[in-house]
Amino acid sequence: MFVTSAFAQETAPAATEGDTHSGTGVPAEAHGTFPPFDPATFPSQLLWLAITFGLFYLFLKRVAMPRLGGIIDVRNDRISQDLDQAAKLKSEADAAVAAYEQELAEAKKNANSIGQQAADAAKAEADTARKKIEAALDEKLGEAEARISSIKANAMKEVGSIAEDTASAIVEALVGDKAGKAEIAAAVKSVAR
Amino acid sequence: MAADKVDPIHQFHIIKLIPIKIGSYDLSFTNSALFMVLTVLVAAAFLYLTTSSRSLVPGRLQSVSEMAYEFVGNMLRDAAGTQGMKFFPLVFSLFMFVLVANLLGLIPYFFTVTSHIIVTFGLAILVIGTVIAYGFMKHGLGFLKLFVPQGVPIYLMPLVVAIEVISFVSRPVSLSVRLFANMLAGHITLKVFSGFVVSLSAFGAIGIAGSVLPLAMAVALTALELLVAFLQAYVFAVLTCMYLNDALHPSH
Repeated sequence: MFVTSAFAQETAPAATEGDTHSGTGVPAEAHGTFPPFDPATFPSQLLWLAITFGLFYLFLKRVAMPRLGGIIDVRNDRISQDLDQAAKLKSEADAAVAAYEQELAEAKKNANSIGQQAADAAKAEADTARKKIEAALDEKLGEAEARISSIKANAMKEVGSIAEDTASAIVEALVGDKAGKAEIAAAVKSVAR
Repeated sequence: MAADKVDPIHQFHIIKLIPIKIGSYDLSFTNSALFMVLTVLVAAAFLYLTTSSRSLVPGRLQSVSEMAYEFVGNMLRDAAGTQGMKFFPLVFSLFMFVLVANLLGLIPYFFTVTSHIIVTFGLAILVIGTVIAYGFMKHGLGFLKLFVPQGVPIYLMPLVVAIEVISFVSRPVSLSVRLFANMLAGHITLKVFSGFVVSLSAFGAIGIAGSVLPLAMAVALTALELLVAFLQAYVFAVLTCMYLNDALHPSH
């Protein structure tokens, strides 16, 4: 109901608009027309729209937008700066880890060689000590063998004289005659051989 | 007086606050002008005050300002490319002006600036005027290529050019009428339903019970109008971006 009556008046402004623009002055009575289509209000609304919107445009262009753009730019700069720094710190940390690992590997290598050297030295020392002991033992063994052989020779020598004595005694008992000492010695020697 | 209260057209009346008359023109400071000033002050103060701390990590209100700024900026860059960014202040002020005017109009007893066709038409003419002025300044007569699409057979050309010209001329009309009609219709509907509540509740207990339905309707419509207020500001800004793109790149 309300709406239709309002839109029915749409046609009215067409006539009044002509009046204002032809400059006859006083706009036609405004009360009957639908307010948004009342041309009498157009100049005033356009003027104030131009003033207010113009000032608003200038304010945004000069003050508000540079500030907003600045805030956003600063933030973006800051973020990229922080990211750069983080990347730098990470690469530094990586380098430190690599250096540490290299040092560790070197130290391991050093430790191995030191251990090897110590083992070699100990082995060499042990070898010399063993050789010395072996030599001493050999010497003692030689001495002992020499002594044994001299004792054996002595014993053999005494075995000859005992055999001679025994043989002369046996011969004397059997024959009743003393056999020549030289003969007995020769007979013993030939048997002992 | 009682009839005045439920008259849905009453809210659109222009009231002269400070009568000014220059020559034959009535340039009075009216309630419409007052709300234009209010719109500009609210929008400018909001953008100015919320960004005054220039926080690296924005608060809620600063975020709203930044979101509006980047929203319009991205919209313009998508539609018109980086070249179009020279029109960023224009598009941003149009968006903020229309948005704040629409939102202020939703407050009871407030006048809705954008419900007057002359206001929306003024803004639309500003857009089309910028498009035409910049188009001819940048491309000279080459701007007229806008009306001559490539790859159209010669015998169809007169028809196509006529259609292109008509569609170009109707742009300011459609741009202004869309915004105006949306705001007008929304506010009339709101007023009609609210009027039902008032009239029905005059009939005693039954009337009050019956007025629940239009009241619920008015509440729902208010939410819808909030959406429309934002949507129409967005549509106005998007279309402005697309028309500006024509001024930058006239050949199809």
